[in-house]
Amino acid sequence: MEKRTDSNLYTILFAIVMVIIVGTLLAFSDGALKPTINENKRIEKQQNILYAMGINENEDGDVIFVGKDKIADEFSKYIKKQLVIQGDKIEEDDKAYLIDIKKEQTIGKKDPSKRRLPVFIGEKDGKTIYIVPVRGKGLWDAIWGYVAMDSQMVVQGVYFDHKGETPGLGANIKQRFFMDDFAGEHTMKNGVFKGISAIKGNADPKNEDKTDNEVDALAGATITSSGVSAMLKSELKLYVPYFKNLKTN
Amino acid sequence: MGLLSKKDAKLITDPLADNNPITIQVLGICSALAITAELKASIVMAIAVMFVLAIGNVVISLMRNIIPPKIRIIVQLVVVAALVIIVDLILKAYAYELSKTLSVFVGLIITNCIIMGRFEAFALANGPWQSFLDGIGNAVGYGLILIIVGFFRELLGSGTLLGVKVLGDPIEKTGVYAYGYENNGFMLLAPMALIVLGIIIWVQRSRNTALIEEH
Repeated sequence: MEKRTDSNLYTILFAIVMVIIVGTLLAFSDGALKPTINENKRIEKQQNILYAMGINENEDGDVIFVGKDKIADEFSKYIKKQLVIQGDKIEEDDKAYLIDIKKEQTIGKKDPSKRRLPVFIGEKDGKTIYIVPVRGKGLWDAIWGYVAMDSQMVVQGVYFDHKGETPGLGANIKQRFFMDDFAGEHTMKNGVFKGISAIKGNADPKNEDKTDNEVDALAGATITSSGVSAMLKSELKLYVPYFKNLKTN
Repeated sequence: MGLLSKKDAKLITDPLADNNPITIQVLGICSALAITAELKASIVMAIAVMFVLAIGNVVISLMRNIIPPKIRIIVQLVVVAALVIIVDLILKAYAYELSKTLSVFVGLIITNCIIMGRFEAFALANGPWQSFLDGIGNAVGYGLILIIVGFFRELLGSGTLLGVKVLGDPIEKTGVYAYGYENNGFMLLAPMALIVLGIIIWVQRSRNTALIEEH
């Protein structure tokens, strides 16, 4: 016997009603929660930038950011200037940290001189620190981060994050044992930009040699590690002219 | 017995061992291989799946008499996807840190065959309360295996548990590393998850021979 729910008309009507209900529900929740989510993302960017320059509340090998409640004050206290480099001109912009690096990379592919490159200039213990955003590809999806350097492009600290690297393997790029390794590492060799490579079996697991442009890669995450190396190489390279200018001025 | 009738209690206890979703029903293997390289990820995934499976089972069970059989799989998929997206949005707005830890799992939950498997096999034919219990029971059974696999992979692969260095420091050569012990990097790769899972299945079936399938 044919049941009511078997008929084609019922099936089509059911599908239409279901799509309308679910669609409305999702659109509504997205619209209602979007402002809060965006605010969370804005705070996160400030926390990441400060983390890279060493302003954090780390303890016992855990990554702990400056708290949400005081992040706005701390950010304006430590970040003295935000610059945007576009081609030959450099402008100051208080909202430079909100620049969408992914969009800028797409623009840069067509015309490198149109890409906007943000630099955040911070000051810690009387030392000027330059923080730049980086973005690249891991194994599954995007990886990104911030690199804090001094005027010689020697790394002072980094923060990495990822969208969907494998937990326990590639996802470890945001762990202290990986990120801490970068501090003090040189990106230049004999005055030429080389970047930093995450390499396995480099016979320097404690990373005592800070001028070899190498850090120890993650076990079981070769592609994510190479992704980090490639990201640092291609993105930091864009800032080399800016740092060269710092020296001559 | 108080809260649950004997039949209802079986819905929870059965999937823990004799009808375990992973080792007996062979559901949810994919995520068991993918995310068990560390214990914390296993625990988070187990909780997330429990949440989605229990609620999804109830929703599907409530709709079971009006779902057109021809498109029931699509309906199930829409229910899971909608649930997962809403939960994800709420987490992003009110528990941002947690949502970042979960990020990769959210997609994995939608495609986790244990969810569709239980919808199809149980919720479509049973009432909401039984479906809820079935969801909890299966998620716990699933989580149990995940945690066992995660425990061994993290311990033998990285020498840590929940990120704590329980075996000493491999670089400073303290603890067992002082005696020449080395971490087994192979444990971190997916094939070892399959082998650990195989050992669990072997142990379980040798303890309870009734579980061995006849061929």
